[in-house]
Amino acid sequence: MMRSVFLRNAKNYLMTGMMLAATLAVLIPLGLIFFHIMKMGMSSVNLDFFTQIPKPTGETGGGMANGMLGSLLMIGMASLIGLPVGIFGAIYLAEFGGSKVSTAIRFSADVLSGTPSIITGMVAYTLLVVPMKGFSALAGSVALAMIMIPIVLRTTEEQLKLVPGSLREASLALGVPMWRTTLRVTLRSALSGVMTGVLLAIARVAGETAPLLFTALGNQFWGKDLTQPMAALPLQIFSFAIAPYEDWHRLAWAGALVLVVVMFGLSLTARYFGRTRTGE
Amino acid sequence: MNNIKVHLESLNIHFGKTHAVKDISMDFPENSVTAIIGPSGCGKSTMLRSLNRMHDLVPSARVSGKVLLDNDDVYGKGVDPVGIRRRVGMVFQKPNPFPAMSIYDNVVAGYKLNSRMVRSEADDIVESCLKRVALWDEVKDRLKANAMTLSGGQQQRLCIARTIAVKPEVILMDEPASALDPISTLKIEELIEELKERYTIIIVTHNMQQAARVSDYTAFLYMGDLIECGETKKIFTTPEQKQTEDYITGRFG
Repeated sequence: MMRSVFLRNAKNYLMTGMMLAATLAVLIPLGLIFFHIMKMGMSSVNLDFFTQIPKPTGETGGGMANGMLGSLLMIGMASLIGLPVGIFGAIYLAEFGGSKVSTAIRFSADVLSGTPSIITGMVAYTLLVVPMKGFSALAGSVALAMIMIPIVLRTTEEQLKLVPGSLREASLALGVPMWRTTLRVTLRSALSGVMTGVLLAIARVAGETAPLLFTALGNQFWGKDLTQPMAALPLQIFSFAIAPYEDWHRLAWAGALVLVVVMFGLSLTARYFGRTRTGE
Repeated sequence: MNNIKVHLESLNIHFGKTHAVKDISMDFPENSVTAIIGPSGCGKSTMLRSLNRMHDLVPSARVSGKVLLDNDDVYGKGVDPVGIRRRVGMVFQKPNPFPAMSIYDNVVAGYKLNSRMVRSEADDIVESCLKRVALWDEVKDRLKANAMTLSGGQQQRLCIARTIAVKPEVILMDEPASALDPISTLKIEELIEELKERYTIIIVTHNMQQAARVSDYTAFLYMGDLIECGETKKIFTTPEQKQTEDYITGRFG
């Protein structure tokens, strides 16, 4: 009798301990990354970093303002292309889709979101860079949009499906047409969840480097023309980190820090939206 | 007997291979309450929902036969289900106010969602509809409060107010009191009594006492068949069919 209690307790402690160890194994790398980037990047994050473009080789100082502007522009363009496709696609899947077509679309979206992002970059390269005979921010935006669409599509669909059928029925029974019901009742009810998905998709593409290598290419100067190569923060981090100059390394660390903080902020905002939905 | 408001002629409803409602023909008189009773799964809700074409959303559902609303064929060619639903309102089993809207907005939801709201009229509609469902005194000081802050019984009366706000001719009620406590149930039943002066009411209920209390006519359904229908008094005192008698005396169902 005593023995079995002892054994049970021992097993309990062992298992709890293992789970704690697994949790730490997840958290420690995250903490290490964050603190290391803080340590290396903090000293170089200053006003110049946010306002200056990179200085020519050999000169010290400068910043990554053009990269941040480029990232903003391209993420904005990608959202303009990707969000309507993702959200309207999700409405089709959740509200109108026949079973066979829906299954095919869902499967494609899942495959697409599992596709390595460098492949997405190559597709955009073939579709846009080759015919347009040059790297461009537009091609970069399309590549990013292709990554956003499946994420937005699936999260929005899940959120729409969570809206109770009784609300749709309530609206329809009042003589409200299906399309108005979908927009004003169903989508409206799912809005905070949809926002969460949108923000997570933006956070995801904000850090993408590979699809931009073949498309936006990068730019040492202020590039504001969407048909021309454009700088992006992750691209600049990449090219500065592999350059042989100490000063560029510092900038790369600063860029990494800014990027991590932005992603952290986006994820927190996404969580906030998710929370207001469940009313916690 | 009053005029016939809704007339069913060999109504059949299938869900895929299930034959849920079998060849039902009957009449629903105007300005009266008709109760549909029967054991679970007998097709009473299915039949009710066919009257305002709610089955249109279910791809596997197939409705055949005729449903006439004042001699207009509800399932006729080119008939817009939206127009039918404006004439035939519905109150559901579980109170389902719009959770993101205030009490006020819920009452005028039918106008707001359709963008047909005239602002100056809204206040009057809200007040008169809430008064008719006897909710006005309870909520008049907090019309802007979220509808979900109301109790279940109040929510259901709000849903009825929302339904009558769009001026339907017929109101379908699908077990409107089954999720409510006895006091709220009583209030809903009193309300039904008052509403029949203006509307034709068709109510599905599990509760035979309720059917006896509120309805003028009763239809008994069993396994998708209409066993018997007629004046409530007659159905409950001298039913013609053995099955009806067995059901209302509680011998099965």
